[in-house]
Amino acid sequence: MQLAVWTYEGPPHVGAMRVATAMEGLHYVLHAPQGDTYADLLFTMIERRHRRPPVTYTTFQARDLGGDTAELLKAAALDAVARFRPQALLVGASCTAELIQDDPGGLARTLGLPVPVVPIELPSYQRKENWGAAETLYRLVRAFAQPRSTPRGDRPTCNILGPTALGFRHRDDLVEIRGLLARLGVDVNVVAPLGATPADLARLGEADFNVVLYPETAGVAAEWLARTFDQKATTVVPIGVGATRDFIAEVAGLASIDARPILAAETSRLPWYSRSVDSNYLTGKRVFVFGDATHAIAAARVAAKELAFEVVGLGTYSREQARDVRAAARDLGLEALISDDYLAVEAAIAAAQPELVLGTQMERHIAKKLGIPCAVISAPVHVQDFPARHSPQMGFEGANVLFDTWVHPLMMGLEEHLLRMFRDDFEFHDEAGASHLGAAPAPVPVPVAVEAVRWAQDAESELRKIPFFVRGKARRNTEAFAAERGLATITLETLYDAKAHFAR
Amino acid sequence: MTLAAASPASPGAAGCGEPAVAKERGQREVFCGLTGIVWLHRKIQDAFFLVVGSRTCAHLLQSAAGVMIFAEPRFATAIIEERDLAGLADANEALEQIVGTLLARRPDIRMLFLVGSCPSEVIKLDLAEAARRLTRRHLPQVRVLHYSGSGIETTFTEGEDACLAALVPELPAARDDAPALMVVGALAEVVEDQFRRLFAAMGIGPVGFLPPRLSTDLPAVGPGTRFLMAQPFLAGTARALEARGARLVPAPFPLGAEGTTLWLRAAADDWGVTPRAFHEATAFGEQRARRALSARRERLHGLRVGFFPDSQLEVPLARFLARELGMVPTEIGTPYLHRDHMAPEVALLPPGTRIVEGQHVENQLDRFRAERPDLTVCGLGLANPLEAEGLATKWSIELVFSPIQGYEQAGDLAELFVRPLARRARLEV
Repeated sequence: MQLAVWTYEGPPHVGAMRVATAMEGLHYVLHAPQGDTYADLLFTMIERRHRRPPVTYTTFQARDLGGDTAELLKAAALDAVARFRPQALLVGASCTAELIQDDPGGLARTLGLPVPVVPIELPSYQRKENWGAAETLYRLVRAFAQPRSTPRGDRPTCNILGPTALGFRHRDDLVEIRGLLARLGVDVNVVAPLGATPADLARLGEADFNVVLYPETAGVAAEWLARTFDQKATTVVPIGVGATRDFIAEVAGLASIDARPILAAETSRLPWYSRSVDSNYLTGKRVFVFGDATHAIAAARVAAKELAFEVVGLGTYSREQARDVRAAARDLGLEALISDDYLAVEAAIAAAQPELVLGTQMERHIAKKLGIPCAVISAPVHVQDFPARHSPQMGFEGANVLFDTWVHPLMMGLEEHLLRMFRDDFEFHDEAGASHLGAAPAPVPVPVAVEAVRWAQDAESELRKIPFFVRGKARRNTEAFAAERGLATITLETLYDAKAHFAR
Repeated sequence: MTLAAASPASPGAAGCGEPAVAKERGQREVFCGLTGIVWLHRKIQDAFFLVVGSRTCAHLLQSAAGVMIFAEPRFATAIIEERDLAGLADANEALEQIVGTLLARRPDIRMLFLVGSCPSEVIKLDLAEAARRLTRRHLPQVRVLHYSGSGIETTFTEGEDACLAALVPELPAARDDAPALMVVGALAEVVEDQFRRLFAAMGIGPVGFLPPRLSTDLPAVGPGTRFLMAQPFLAGTARALEARGARLVPAPFPLGAEGTTLWLRAAADDWGVTPRAFHEATAFGEQRARRALSARRERLHGLRVGFFPDSQLEVPLARFLARELGMVPTEIGTPYLHRDHMAPEVALLPPGTRIVEGQHVENQLDRFRAERPDLTVCGLGLANPLEAEGLATKWSIELVFSPIQGYEQAGDLAELFVRPLARRARLEV
């Protein structure tokens, strides 16, 4: 058993949901107890999706455990196909259903459904969310992808693999990479899983090569495509200026085109911003980096080579990609932290004493607790990191976003620090006034002692029970209410009379 | 899995005393009982809730608790791993070790709940035995109790019921048969204090609250104890209290001006409080509540409201919205309807109101799409998708986390239903 308050990743069936929700024309029948539908709200609330995820849960309860849970699964599968008319059905179990051993995939196959059934086995007690997403995409690709049936055309083509639902900035990264590939003269054949149908997956073989944006979710599928259809895949994740240039060179190599014109033409503002004298103070800032492997490795490179920070810690919760992170850490003279225990991460951050933390939602809170500036670079993230504005991490625009996002908390931290430092300085203290105008500080008027309304003890303590963010308003309203009525003392009754009054 | 006979109540009935309750089975879009931990741990300030479950359970708590997860909350999950499934002896040992670590790190904890989950129930991990063993080891500092918050056994607020029912055997026995009142169900502290003052003004006492704010302040129970339910989802707790000799005072639930008065009056009548003393204690509060409601009534009067099942608060809320704000309930979904406890509420519903117990979420969505109520009360998994289809929604979980009971909160409760409609009226994009 492992004690956990925070978890960096959900269970593997949530990864399968991320793939199913990203796609069109696919429905997921999930053998799961009542309550597992909580995962729907990750998609409807955090990512603000317009539609419910395409998932039917069997919602078995204790009284069903006697033996008809298999029947529930069959009924749910039949219902889902009749109602949603998907091109294909994904069938699997959540952690509890794994224990009751109904074999959802096998059961669904006996139903003679008019659509293909793809069973997925996700070991919930060993693996986690990203593994579940990768395995699901791999199973789907295996089930549907066909070899190339048309001859290679004049223009090079590729697939883009990896973007999912609930992916950190996947939506905008895809826009950037599509633009970049178009300017390179490379056509996009299929993007998967985001926006793809099972029929689209069948066409994967038509492309010349694959662009892997997120190895966590697409690595396994890309390896299978390389083995089976001889499609090579990109290995560089284009986050940061240097990595984007390397990515362009890699794509040009795979597409047999000349990268020089586009490398000469494409620019980011990051290099100039980083060279401008204003950024001098960033030199050698100590930064701690933690996240999924892809984003942590990319962030470490940007931090060290494009912003001239000193990386003092690098780690990931992605055990599957631990080797890559260890290698990246070694290059920086560090030992990687591979852990999904936030307490270990907190201890490492406290020990490294960084001036900036780049991490997930969890590190944001650790940093807040320790009083260190922080920026978010990786999932898991909360609703504010699925922004309305265009904010990719990848490509040249992504580099601009990284510069702004990472430098902003440092500026804020610096501003706050300066204000605090000078608060008691003779020139900056509260009563000093605007000295550069040569005017003598105006004497601060002593407030005339007004007959203040008195708060009775019980009313005062009742007021303290009101949440702090509305307490000020409640106090003002009540005092105004009392003053209007000439009351000298605010009692409990006055407090609630005022509340009812202002409710009108 | 079909909806059986959702026929309206017999026409001409004064209320739906004989309600048209349809039962439905199918996919349920609801939380499991583990979610109750999120508010229970705030309420019992020296208790810790340790879920014995899977990564899914931890993920659920994290999703339900939102930002609270970062405030050193007094709950956690012991995540079952592959090696624990191999043999039960190991799982027990591992659990003991985790509890040891936990209690060493949090010496302020006086009560520990081992909370069962679907996985722990299915592998038949004996948490009752584990709790007994751990109690022996950690008494007198810490008492270890257990209950199940699993999805296979509990829906959302039923987790609180299971927790409180587990507390009942721990309540001290009353020293005599003298009358005492117990208010059952977790309430916000501000609401609890208001009720305390109202009972004191009527001369009712002693009054105990279950759950208490500290596990060391458990109210006594005995044949003199009569209890008033402040929440509708406490069937198991009520049964356990009755088994210890306490007597239920039937009442509608204290939502709105009318609901609060009826709830208080049930206690007052049972206690023999004179009508005059009752009036003196409650008249001002009730008037204030009615004043606060009147402005909202203009916004809501005549609008149709439908409920998806969530917390068992749906029937009392529909009663409040119908009688005090003039709304028209269409379908009232509820995960479970306790016929006796809900009888005073059902009697107050407008005739023809349709109650659906259980859920087949797809069929229910079809009915709501056809009926298009002016306001749909539902969970967060459904709210945005329904908004995108043009239906105005009020997300239901807020009704469990906000102080809504009693006179002084009646206006706030109405406001929760006004706001989504007011927002839609304001938006021009």
